[in-house]
Amino acid sequence: MLYREAGQFKTNYVADSAIFPLREDRIGLTLIILAAYALAFLGNSFLLQAVMIPFLVFSLAAIGLNILTGYTGLLSLGTGAFMGVGAYACYKLMTAFPDVNVIVWIFASGFFSAAIGALFGLPSLRIKGFYLAVATLAAQFFLQWCFIRIPWLVNYNVSGALDAPLRTLFGIPIMGPNATPQTRYLVVLTIVIVLTWLASNLVHGRIGRMWIAIRDMDLAAELMGIRPLQTKLLAFAVSSYYCGVAGALLVFLWYGGAEYDVFNINQSFFILFMVIIGGLGSLIGSFFGAALIFILPIILGIVLPAILSPFGISVGADVIEHLRFMIVGALIIFFLIVEPHGLARLWQIGKQKLLVWPFPY
Amino acid sequence: MDMLYKVFIEPFAFMGEAPDLLIQTLWEGLVSGVLYALIALGFVLIFKASGVFNFAQGIMVVFSALILVGLYEKGVPAFLALILAALAMLVLAIVVERVVLRPLVNQPDIILFMATFGLTYFLIGFGELIFGGSPREMITEQLFLPQGTTEIDAFGGSIRLQHLDIAAAVIASIMIGLLAVFFSKTRIGRALRAVADSHKAALSVGISLNQIWVIVWFAAGIVALVAGIMWGARSGVSFSLQIIALKALPVLILGGFTSIPGAIIGGLIIGVGEKIGEFYWGPLVGGGVETWLAYVIALLFLLYRPQGLFGEKIIERI
Repeated sequence: MLYREAGQFKTNYVADSAIFPLREDRIGLTLIILAAYALAFLGNSFLLQAVMIPFLVFSLAAIGLNILTGYTGLLSLGTGAFMGVGAYACYKLMTAFPDVNVIVWIFASGFFSAAIGALFGLPSLRIKGFYLAVATLAAQFFLQWCFIRIPWLVNYNVSGALDAPLRTLFGIPIMGPNATPQTRYLVVLTIVIVLTWLASNLVHGRIGRMWIAIRDMDLAAELMGIRPLQTKLLAFAVSSYYCGVAGALLVFLWYGGAEYDVFNINQSFFILFMVIIGGLGSLIGSFFGAALIFILPIILGIVLPAILSPFGISVGADVIEHLRFMIVGALIIFFLIVEPHGLARLWQIGKQKLLVWPFPY
Repeated sequence: MDMLYKVFIEPFAFMGEAPDLLIQTLWEGLVSGVLYALIALGFVLIFKASGVFNFAQGIMVVFSALILVGLYEKGVPAFLALILAALAMLVLAIVVERVVLRPLVNQPDIILFMATFGLTYFLIGFGELIFGGSPREMITEQLFLPQGTTEIDAFGGSIRLQHLDIAAAVIASIMIGLLAVFFSKTRIGRALRAVADSHKAALSVGISLNQIWVIVWFAAGIVALVAGIMWGARSGVSFSLQIIALKALPVLILGGFTSIPGAIIGGLIIGVGEKIGEFYWGPLVGGGVETWLAYVIALLFLLYRPQGLFGEKIIERI
């Protein structure tokens, strides 16, 4: 009833090629963004700190990996390390130039991981598929080793850990021990919205089409005049940029401080999970994937004891943890069997059904 | 100049000065190479027959070893426990085929790869739920695995050979030989190779894909069990052992995903390269290079041969 295509006529090409051609979609998006901002003032600090901030950070990293794996078809297992490069670059920049606003450095740190990403993307011209995945593992382990072995990266501090210094925006602390979850959430939310908007424009434009052409068949794309090296390296650079910014946000606006171990191989797999479950080649899928993989275990941790306790089964925290692993694993297999194209596809189907409702087609 | 000397001259001079240390390092590299190859073999078996890159191989190693040790601790005799552990791997193979592979037939590789991730998570949770997360001792004595060391005086020094390492090398070689015979001489082996060549053609001549998958996963499970015993004897049985599965990846890409001899030679190259690099060049950059050296070696080989040393030549067509 409310969601109808009928009656919305486009009179120029710009309107026709808009990303959200339907008025209802635009209204829905506005409402979601408004709700996200409203949450900062309505939600309690646990919700913001433990659920929303990490969800947004992981969504951003998933968007980054999705650009590389989903849109360009290059499998990467080095996401965690690229996030680390962003975080360490941000730390060095912040502490070397404390007078410049930290938001500038968060955005700038991405360029460092973009450069490193492009460097490790060089083999992608010759190596494909799973072979490339293992080549990116070299990046993961080598960079992680660098984080441990080069004390210059953490300004020679004894603990070897990154810690968030106090930084302000318009006089309000947004980073460091004094920053409230509320302000940090607002900063993260704004950065994620800006970068998602940029990514959406990238993947819907000429560059995005080049990436998709390379993904679908790189040989054919090359014959059509797309340069594979530049296109693949650009995908690596843009993807690593997003991952780098996500890494900086993860350490300085979520954890408030971290060690090299945050950027281990499990982090890379974790992001890859999100991308595949959410839907390869879909920006909204990155958000769905992050929600499912990150928020689901939290909910299970709360819900499982509640379900089990009426049966007189009181279980320890470790058993809950094991059950959580099992359920997440089973759910991944379940979702893949039900919808191999990810949650984004389910969303598409849902929207299609809504358009023709109440008729079946 | 000093740096160049340290990189290019000094390590070789050191090798010449102390050949016993070089031999010792080579031996250790070969042993760990054989063990890497054993894990890589599990990957290759499944990849050949079903095109699935089985990420769960690492956890299968841990899981099978845990079943073995767990049953023994419950009072089951060691060899009965071994048989039961093998049976458990058969059950796992049947369940995986029925629940995971069959509904996902004909899906893109990455989806199946992802499904084995799900399987890994499930098995980690399941294993910890049953056996607990604490590390165990492998029952080496009860399985009649030799202990102790032999010292051989040679090259102006002595070389220490762990009996366990010798046993591991021998068992791995026997395992690989059996698999080679199985693949080339038996009826099932021929069917496996047919499936590896083309699923559709194999189906059309009456080979049951489902049956083949169960057999292959079971074979990979047995390989995992052997690898679990060997690795468990060296470093204890715990969930951190599954990280070795990642070490098998450079071995795989070196050898090519589809080649059994490739897995072995790749394993040896990686094992030796890693130990030599760590021992002679590691101290230059502060040590710990073992974590990434294997991947870099593999990467360098790949740049030269993108399909691995023994992989089938990739022919691209429009």
